[in-house]
Amino acid sequence: MNEIGDTRAAREEKLQGIGCRRKRIEDIRFTQGKGNYVDDLKLPGMLFGDFHRSPYAHARIRRIDTTKARALAGVVAVLTATDLKPLKLDWMPTLAGDVQAVLAGEKVLFQGQEIAFVVATDRYLAADAADLVEVEYEELPPLVDPFRSMAPDAPILREDIKDTTEGAHGKRRHPNHIFTWEVGDREATEQAFRAAEVSVKQLISYQRVHPSPLETCQAVASFDKIEGELTVWGTFQAPHVVRTVGAILSGIPEHKIHIIAPDIGGGFGNKVGVYPGYVCAIVASIVTGKPVKWVEDRIENLTATAFARDYHMTAEIAATRAGKVTGLRVHVLADHGAFDACADPSKWPAGFFNIVTGSYDFPVAHVTVDGVYTSKAPGGVAYRCSFRVTEAAYCIERAMDILAHKLRLDPAEIRMRNFIRREQFPYHSALGWEYDSGDYHTAMKKALEAVGYQALRTEQREKQEQFRRRETRELMGIGVSFFTEIVGAGPSKNCDILGIAMFDSAEIRVHPTGAIIARMGTKSQGQGHETTYAQIIASELGIPADNVMVEEGNTDTAPYGLGTYGSRSTPTAAAATAAACRKIRAKAQMIAAHLLEVHHDDVEFDIDGFRVKGMPERSKSMKEVAWAAYNAVPPGLEPGLEAVSYYDPPNMTYPFGAYLCVMDIDVDTGVAKVRRFYALDDCGTRINPMIIEGQVHGGLTEAFAIAMGQEIAYDEMGNLKGPSFMDFFLPTAVETPHWETDYTVTPSPHHPIGAKGVGESPNVGGVPAFSNAVNDAFAFLGATHIQMPHDPWRVWKAAEALGLQK
Amino acid sequence: MAKTAISLTVNGEKVEALVEPRTLLIHFLREQLSLTGAHIGCETSHCGACTVDMDGQSVKSCTVFAVQADGADLRTIEGLAAPDGTLHALQNAFREWHGLQCGFCTPGMIMRAWRLLQENPHPSEAEIRFGIAGNLCRCTGYQNIVHAISAAAATLAGASKEAAE
Ligand code: FES
Ligand code: FES
Repeated sequence: MNEIGDTRAAREEKLQGIGCRRKRIEDIRFTQGKGNYVDDLKLPGMLFGDFHRSPYAHARIRRIDTTKARALAGVVAVLTATDLKPLKLDWMPTLAGDVQAVLAGEKVLFQGQEIAFVVATDRYLAADAADLVEVEYEELPPLVDPFRSMAPDAPILREDIKDTTEGAHGKRRHPNHIFTWEVGDREATEQAFRAAEVSVKQLISYQRVHPSPLETCQAVASFDKIEGELTVWGTFQAPHVVRTVGAILSGIPEHKIHIIAPDIGGGFGNKVGVYPGYVCAIVASIVTGKPVKWVEDRIENLTATAFARDYHMTAEIAATRAGKVTGLRVHVLADHGAFDACADPSKWPAGFFNIVTGSYDFPVAHVTVDGVYTSKAPGGVAYRCSFRVTEAAYCIERAMDILAHKLRLDPAEIRMRNFIRREQFPYHSALGWEYDSGDYHTAMKKALEAVGYQALRTEQREKQEQFRRRETRELMGIGVSFFTEIVGAGPSKNCDILGIAMFDSAEIRVHPTGAIIARMGTKSQGQGHETTYAQIIASELGIPADNVMVEEGNTDTAPYGLGTYGSRSTPTAAAATAAACRKIRAKAQMIAAHLLEVHHDDVEFDIDGFRVKGMPERSKSMKEVAWAAYNAVPPGLEPGLEAVSYYDPPNMTYPFGAYLCVMDIDVDTGVAKVRRFYALDDCGTRINPMIIEGQVHGGLTEAFAIAMGQEIAYDEMGNLKGPSFMDFFLPTAVETPHWETDYTVTPSPHHPIGAKGVGESPNVGGVPAFSNAVNDAFAFLGATHIQMPHDPWRVWKAAEALGLQK
Repeated sequence: MAKTAISLTVNGEKVEALVEPRTLLIHFLREQLSLTGAHIGCETSHCGACTVDMDGQSVKSCTVFAVQADGADLRTIEGLAAPDGTLHALQNAFREWHGLQCGFCTPGMIMRAWRLLQENPHPSEAEIRFGIAGNLCRCTGYQNIVHAISAAAATLAGASKEAAE
């Protein structure tokens, strides 16, 4: 029972529930070096696998000779496509409805493609032997530029499907064409453009980048021949999906496959897909009868597993002279690399790119996306964003600035004029979404006031004058970004992965002493689920969060769920958590009423227990009820206190935010310094503000990296330029700006606790804020659009193109 | 491959072992000694996930051969808490200030911060940022790590003042 004299506030405080800055449970092990990551695992007799990879971007394989590799002492097996073929595992299906070679047998289609998997008794030997595999190639012309993919004379990349004119997403017009995806009203949009007083058009490219979590992709597979059971520990953001796909591919019954995702060292979308390394480790374990570990190194990670973006977007906005938008048209050329291995919900080949109308009230819009093959690594994952949402946000936020510039309107002002108004929610967008809730004007006003926006613009004008008078070589840019995300995939009516609806789940058991074990179908990779789910349970059930153990990632024990990516954990599994708690609470109420000898309608839940309505002194704590659930349930009620919920969300959630970036750019060095970055996020109900701020800091840092320097670039031969941290830009503490965070709260009306999800907002909203700041700095000199990434060299080049380097 | 005998001190304990000349210190620690706190994030000296302390210096153990550690005095994250289990001020501060998310960079980051605070017990924010520039974090954006290190510096300064009084 409560301590005598405990105030309501003290009782709430004890729970450490929703809204408090609870310290993380995970940190206790991580700060002592006691995390359990895949590579920490050591099993008796464990072998190590390593790949021999293609040096060419496009070549025919004439011959593979593994004799020397096999002859090396310590080498146990070498797998090639020939070994996988009889098992029908030389190719595997991708989440996007394409197939991907597990090991290349006839052709290599990108540099770094997997050709042979060498298994040895130690990782150094495996690496030695991988080098000894000999492959004879016939070089073929690579196809690097996606704009050339559908040219009549373009080299045909995918000979396996060259005669297929119908792909997973409709007609293919060219052997290198994957799909055309179209949404919106073409005719009405054309009409809007014909009638437009003004219009703008710009090709806006979002370069190829890579999520590169600090831990690479890795797995340990162990096949038990006697029981016919397969256990795989791996870096899996979606363990259940891996198990189901594994069962379908391998023929091993699903209940005999155990997928365990232990602690994961960051995911950011890199660890959603199924990679050849996982498949080869599994096959190798089956073949050798020993556990096999596969750990990719960083160069392999950047080269072969899951790039993101590579979207080339031509955006057009029609508007009135007063700056009211009347239509949006976007065509995207999407570079998917050698295989379409996007990790999108199955029916969405371009993800949720149709959120591209953003926060604005476009009466009509029309979008087409053409996916094409090139001689580059496969992927197209949602790198810290919901599927293709960051591309969409970048596109519209850049385009709105371009329109503002043309109309000589302030970027903040043009947004204010076009925002969807509060009273329009739930809002039906021209491209088919139903936005759940929002209050954009309030958020924007708060942000503008917080940074002293008008004063900044005044300062900027003064600096521009000084620059013109040659008194300074520094320019000032103010980047405005107002994003609307779409997260929480998703409702079964429109979201599935390989036919499995994208619900998520929670299974919660209250034990006799009031201690709780809770399991979810999601999988944290640093987001702090063990901490935050417990807070929801604490608030819903009145049991302190410290008495709740949260467990994820083991398919044997966790309820079926679709995993963590696309900011979906809060919208789906957190909703399931609340729903399961409410089932438990309903039963607990019956038990409490029984103990209090009143009708269950006469008791009510109150913070940490139940009380008789109107008689607060007659109460039972949840802890007492938990005990009674195991020995004194009312007649007709089953003992026990647990519930499972599979939550099929009625809609997505739509977090939004206003980000402002102030930058000073040295024209002579091209160095852009972020003077100030302010991020206001509205993610609905805030479960743990400390964790939200941490997510925002991290996401902004990733956005900063993308906008200011990250690029997975290839030369004309399809060689990946700079596939290590030497060249791939990951900011250190020195380059990383200081972040200011703020918020408004507009709860989601359909989510049980009103939460929307936040992990990815800062990446989605951050990239346009940085890029708009750079562009804004040069806009008064006539620049319309400067492509990302804005590293000093490119900024310098942009200045040179404007004649500023004379 | 022929093995070489090395003997060194790890977290205050004497260790004797046989290693291949090419064995990297990080693999020796993780695989032979089962000290899996330090991690591998890049193998190219860029990320610092593998940072341990060797003879009074932070080293990236992916770029040190185990044989080079012969005779050395090593400390890893596993040896940071007091023998009775009391956590070091940095370990507490990282949790208190939310200086970690996935935790993969954390052991290296804390070990680097531990050495930094011995090199400079009262670092400014800029000095902390510069001092940990060899350690990448993909999750936190560093701001809370910087807070955590300054908070730990203050705690340690307070504790040494108390001890002096
Ligand atoms: S693993 Fe040693 S610096 Fe990255
Ligand atoms: S906490 Fe994930 S890399 Fe730093």
